[in-house]
Amino acid sequence: MGLWDTITGRSKPKQANLDALFHVPSAAITLQTALGLTPTGDGSVCYRGAAGAGFATTQADLVALVSEGPDAPRVTTTTDEFGFTWLELDHDPLDPANPELTSLVTGLHAVNTTLEEQGFGPGLLCSLVPFVGADGRHVGLVYLYKQGTFYPFAPAGPQKRDNLLEMQVRDTLARELPMEQDLGRWFAIWGAPGL
Amino acid sequence: MARTRFAGDAGLSTRMTLVMFLLGALFVGLIAILIAIFPIQYAPFIGLIGLGVAWWQWYQSDTVAMKAMRAREVSREEAPELHGMMERLCVLADMPKPRVGIADTDLPNAFATGRSPDRSVVVVTTGILRRLDAEELEGVLAHELSHVAHRDVLVMTVASSAGIIASMLTRGAQYGAWFGGGDRRRGNDNNGLPIWLIVLVVSLVVYAVSFILLRLLSRYRELSADRAGAQLTMKPRALASALQKITGEINQIPTADLRQTQAMNAFFIAPAINGVSLRTLTSTHPSLEQRLEQLARIEAELGRPAD
Repeated sequence: MGLWDTITGRSKPKQANLDALFHVPSAAITLQTALGLTPTGDGSVCYRGAAGAGFATTQADLVALVSEGPDAPRVTTTTDEFGFTWLELDHDPLDPANPELTSLVTGLHAVNTTLEEQGFGPGLLCSLVPFVGADGRHVGLVYLYKQGTFYPFAPAGPQKRDNLLEMQVRDTLARELPMEQDLGRWFAIWGAPGL
Repeated sequence: MARTRFAGDAGLSTRMTLVMFLLGALFVGLIAILIAIFPIQYAPFIGLIGLGVAWWQWYQSDTVAMKAMRAREVSREEAPELHGMMERLCVLADMPKPRVGIADTDLPNAFATGRSPDRSVVVVTTGILRRLDAEELEGVLAHELSHVAHRDVLVMTVASSAGIIASMLTRGAQYGAWFGGGDRRRGNDNNGLPIWLIVLVVSLVVYAVSFILLRLLSRYRELSADRAGAQLTMKPRALASALQKITGEINQIPTADLRQTQAMNAFFIAPAINGVSLRTLTSTHPSLEQRLEQLARIEAELGRPAD
């Protein structure tokens, strides 16, 4: 915030940064070759639903838009215990030999842009693309809309994170994606869909 | 370009800026008067001490306020829900996460303090945790985070420096009175009023004016924090119901059915004293009605139908 905003006590809601999301498909290939983590093909967007009719119709239109088409994902919305909405895009399992995430990312982007067009961009919290290892470990690649950075989240049981795996993922992807440098921002998303 | 649902309030900003300008003018005026009545070298010195006191208050604000409220910092393990809620709000607002504290008192309250957004602490009381549900608590936390983002501790401290100097001078002038006007020869000798009396009157007036202006500014800052907080959580209603619970003025908006209260209706002449009373002039917070009105406007803005 600048000096003038401080004096007038006016913080402007931060707009979401949507660009980096399109780098996810190539990062997924790197993760698969380097760490043996394959994408599950699903993905989700987490946002704060606003009060009122405007948001309700926006979300309904959004679900209709994304679930249109021949190979469209199944779309569900759930509200978590923090009052944030998770919009899940549930694709069929991918061909492990040739995982193709482009359609997922396009779907996620459609969600983001629709929310932003209707003025709900500041409500976007994060986006999640889950991966699973051959050994059954789960890692979510989380995109923070406000910072425009990614970080890994690897749950290893209730309230326990696999920090070593998370570090590995960060180092592997450091060249392809803007990774969040501040570890304090790697906040946990327990019970997120797909993990 | 997508249109925004998060309009600012130009009127509020204008009023706030005007108040701050007046406070600045008060500070300059006080120093000017001091220069006029004191030997020239003292006035800047007194001004500097005043600023030093203000600086110290601001610098130590987090520890002092925590001690005064008997609050303790809680770790993520002790209060995972509170930390989780705060984390998400901070990510949403793109700001560093403040420390979290809990004060063990049944009074429902919350405050934010600290010298900068990087070194701030948000404290809630056990009373507020007990009374509010998760959504309402989130609204309160967002309000406090907005105080942090707006650097309200800094702004209010700077704004109060004229008042601090004035109160120092008031005390100093009283000492001057006690130790006698024996030093009168050094000042404007026998013909005029004693210096300590002039200083006392000037500083009392400055203190009174700055007191009123500060309270006014504080109310504007509260309204700004309400606005920013409600826009952050996108749930103005949650903050509204939290405020109603906290302020304990819930009875002002009756929940009983109109038909049930027919017998009482004769007494319902609304207390329509909307003018400026002493209470509205000196309170640090805006009235509940004002705050609810603003939240209702934000809710209408957020809920506009989609195109």
